[in-house]
Amino acid sequence: MDVVDIARWQFGIVTVYHFLFVPLTIGLTALVAVLETSWLRTRNEQYLRLTKFFGKLLLINFAIGVVTGIVQEFQFGMNWSDYSRFVGDVFGAPLAIEGLLAFFLESTFLGLWIFGWDRLPGPLHAACMWIVHLGTLASSWFILAANSWMQHPVGYRYDPETGRAELTDFAAVMFNKVQLVTFPHVVFAAYLTAGVFLVAVAGWLHVRNSHPDDRPMYLKAVRLGAVVALVSGLAVAVSGDVQGKVMTEVQPMKMAAAEGLYQTTESCAPFSVFTLGSLDGTQERYALTVPCLLSFLGTGSFDGQIQGIDDLRETYEEEYGQDPGATYYTAADYVPVIPVTYWSFRFMIGLGMFGAGGAALVLWSTRRGRAPTGRWFRVLLVALPLGALGGNSFGWIFTEMGRQPWVVFGLMTTDRAVSPGVSATEAVISLASLTAVYAVLAVVEVRLLLSAIQGGAPEPLADHGDAGGEYPDDAPLSFAY
Amino acid sequence: MELTTVWFVLIAVLWVGYFVLEGFDFGVGMLLPVLARNDTERRVLINTIGPVWDGNEVWLLVAGGATFAAFPEWYATLFSGFYLPLLLILLALIVRGVAFEYRHQRPQATWKGWWDRAIIVGSVVPAVLWGVAFANITRGVPLDADFEFTGSLLTLLNPFGLLGGVVTALLFLTHGAMFVALKTDGEIRHRARALAVRTGACAAVASVVFLVWAQVETGGPASAALFAGAAVVLLLGIAAAARGREGWAFTGTFVTIALAVTGLFVALFPDVLPSSTDPAWSLTTTNAAATPYTLEIMTWVAACFTPIVIGYQAWSYWVFRKRISVDHIPAVPLVAVDGHA
Ligand code: HDD
Ligand code: HEM
Ligand code: HEM
Repeated sequence: MDVVDIARWQFGIVTVYHFLFVPLTIGLTALVAVLETSWLRTRNEQYLRLTKFFGKLLLINFAIGVVTGIVQEFQFGMNWSDYSRFVGDVFGAPLAIEGLLAFFLESTFLGLWIFGWDRLPGPLHAACMWIVHLGTLASSWFILAANSWMQHPVGYRYDPETGRAELTDFAAVMFNKVQLVTFPHVVFAAYLTAGVFLVAVAGWLHVRNSHPDDRPMYLKAVRLGAVVALVSGLAVAVSGDVQGKVMTEVQPMKMAAAEGLYQTTESCAPFSVFTLGSLDGTQERYALTVPCLLSFLGTGSFDGQIQGIDDLRETYEEEYGQDPGATYYTAADYVPVIPVTYWSFRFMIGLGMFGAGGAALVLWSTRRGRAPTGRWFRVLLVALPLGALGGNSFGWIFTEMGRQPWVVFGLMTTDRAVSPGVSATEAVISLASLTAVYAVLAVVEVRLLLSAIQGGAPEPLADHGDAGGEYPDDAPLSFAY
Repeated sequence: MELTTVWFVLIAVLWVGYFVLEGFDFGVGMLLPVLARNDTERRVLINTIGPVWDGNEVWLLVAGGATFAAFPEWYATLFSGFYLPLLLILLALIVRGVAFEYRHQRPQATWKGWWDRAIIVGSVVPAVLWGVAFANITRGVPLDADFEFTGSLLTLLNPFGLLGGVVTALLFLTHGAMFVALKTDGEIRHRARALAVRTGACAAVASVVFLVWAQVETGGPASAALFAGAAVVLLLGIAAAARGREGWAFTGTFVTIALAVTGLFVALFPDVLPSSTDPAWSLTTTNAAATPYTLEIMTWVAACFTPIVIGYQAWSYWVFRKRISVDHIPAVPLVAVDGHA
């Protein structure tokens, strides 16, 4: 393996890992803020207990989101220094702004929320969590703008003299059409993830029934999570559908690769739900297909034309074979790895939509105080959050691998992006040590989450929740590490 | 002032902010085995920085991001060139960051012991390596005509670089002790103050040697004034600590670190990373910079939001202004008592 492969593995591993925690953080900050606000409005103690309980799970999750994010910020320079030189003028700005606008907000106000139960009046305390949530949205906005620029570069010009991409229109980068469809898709996917997390955790405590008095409280959380997951799931599907059209327009090869479609289909292209045959789809034994659906996904009309891989390869060779930013072009094959794009696209949709479907099922089976406890229900509870996390990961794997061989579409290929001065040994040390540390952290995190969930929602404490900023000097801290 | 100069200044400000803030976090982490006699005291120490350490660390993230945006060449060369030290810093920050959050989740002594080690190592490693890195940045490293770093790890571990690492470690240690003296009450407060005076003396000796050396290597009149100021303020800070004036003592190390880091940046200017191979191959504020358009946008964003950030960070320090003593630490972490399993 050369440095490019090692750096790609590292990027894939650490980014997918980071993005296991990110969606939960985005979604749970919103849900905890909703729960705390409900407590303030109704003074129903159940809400306070749920706030504390899910707040604790959020913190366990947030810790890993933060430390893995630090790696993200630095690995562009470490492993992808030629990429950084080439795009820094355009790509660096959203990254820096993300730090200034979002990370400061998140970290400072989360600190205030964790330690501030008795130092801040109730509404201000709840406001802190809302502000943290705003911070996660701002973070998502800027980082997705940066990523969208890599998918569809806009608002820049290529300067042959310096050999780099230079920003000409910041607003165009911020409101890139890819960004406008990606942001809602990712954020709703995050709400979906947190929604099913609520369903799973509260549902499990409800089924376990070790504190019968608490069951109505858990049922409430189950239904809240299910509603959020269902609504977000629909929003994810709608935004994903729009995204598919934009993608067909800006990266037609990705759509063809998502389908393993080699020949251009003039109209009514079918969508295959799954295929048995050779991995890259060149031979097909059995395929379950939905007629015309692909045309609809890609163009919005059931008889739209979908271009095939073979035609697109020729088109790309003509267009980019010449000279898009001459120094950065290497003649590569324009076709991404088809089995990966084909299956990751299906897994994303399948696993994610399973979340929404499961949420609907949960809502229906808990209607009017019903409380399912059957085996199928328990299995569903475990499967739901795992499915949503899988949907997120496969979504990114599809998006990023489907863009290959480009790192910046049409401008720079991935093999040119890597750091020239970094040796394979250094890159391997980095890959191996990060992977090892991440693996250990994953085990620790899962165990902590499970035992925190076992503990259930805490009983309210007298001095908790609303001391209104008044507290005696010698009182113990309401929260201490 | 040219925009490239403005951004050089702003990046210096971000690094100064990072070192004066996370500097005392690192110090508190390193002091864990020194100042605390039992678990409650260790928790006192950790809780002095509990609400603020993450916000302090963001100064580093923004410094990194701002360098990427304003001086892409600098970001690319520096981070790929200082590859292994940076990797070590990242690993240290990872284990340290989760340790704060995870240590209190279980009551067992072995569990806490492991996370204590993570906090200690996670604080020492970056405290030393940032000093090594900045010493090398100031003096210059081998760069070729493409601004690629041509040295190795050993190039960075030269005597000047290593001394830089010792200096930052000692300064942060002292800064942390001053912070603990300011933020705690009871026995630990007195121990911290006494320790601050002793480590302060060592830090003063090492800093003076290092700053004189740096001045001889690369300095000018302005950096000389700043370095001298840093040394004087450090002595004043130590004197204040000896007299029990903890607020002034902490201000002393705060200002010392700020002046010393500013001095290093002043000595660096107008280079951002000098080439020791050939001065013509140095990265400077002009040849490393982004376009004026990017810098202009970034300037607007920074001008609008930096004051707001400083405002709410200051407010959070105000909210948590009270001293903490062993009496404030709940006997068992609350999370373990009030959950029912
Ligand atoms: C759609 C959202 C999203 C995406 C695509 C990414 N992140 Fe992330 N990131 C977040 C959303 C987020 C977050 C929800 O805002 C986090 C989780 C925990 C936190 O503090 O903020 C976060 C944390 C986080 C942190 C730590 C912040 C802190 O200490 O408070 C850094 C430095 C980054 N991220 C940087 C990145 C980079 C460079 C990415 C690109 C490769 C990236 N993130 C992908
Ligand atoms: C918003 C920021 C980004 C996010 C969230 C993101 C996410 C991802 C994900 C999830 C993968 C899939 C991992 C795999 O299976 O290979 C991936 C792959 C990759 N990304 Fe990105 N990415 C981002 C930006 C970047 C940037 C800036 C680069 C620049 C170098 C980059 C380069 C790569 C590379 C080289 C791969 C490996 C592709 C492959 O193995 O085929 N990504 N990214
Ligand atoms: C009908 C359902 C869905 C459709 C049609 C759909 C469509 C898409 C498309 C076309 C992309 C690629 C965009 C690009 O390459 O520019 C994408 C990416 C992605 N999807 Fe989906 N998706 C669906 C459901 C889901 C679900 C349920 C989840 C998560 C739970 C999810 C998570 C993601 C993520 C994280 C990405 C990568 C980021 C992005 O570019 O948006 N998707 N999706």
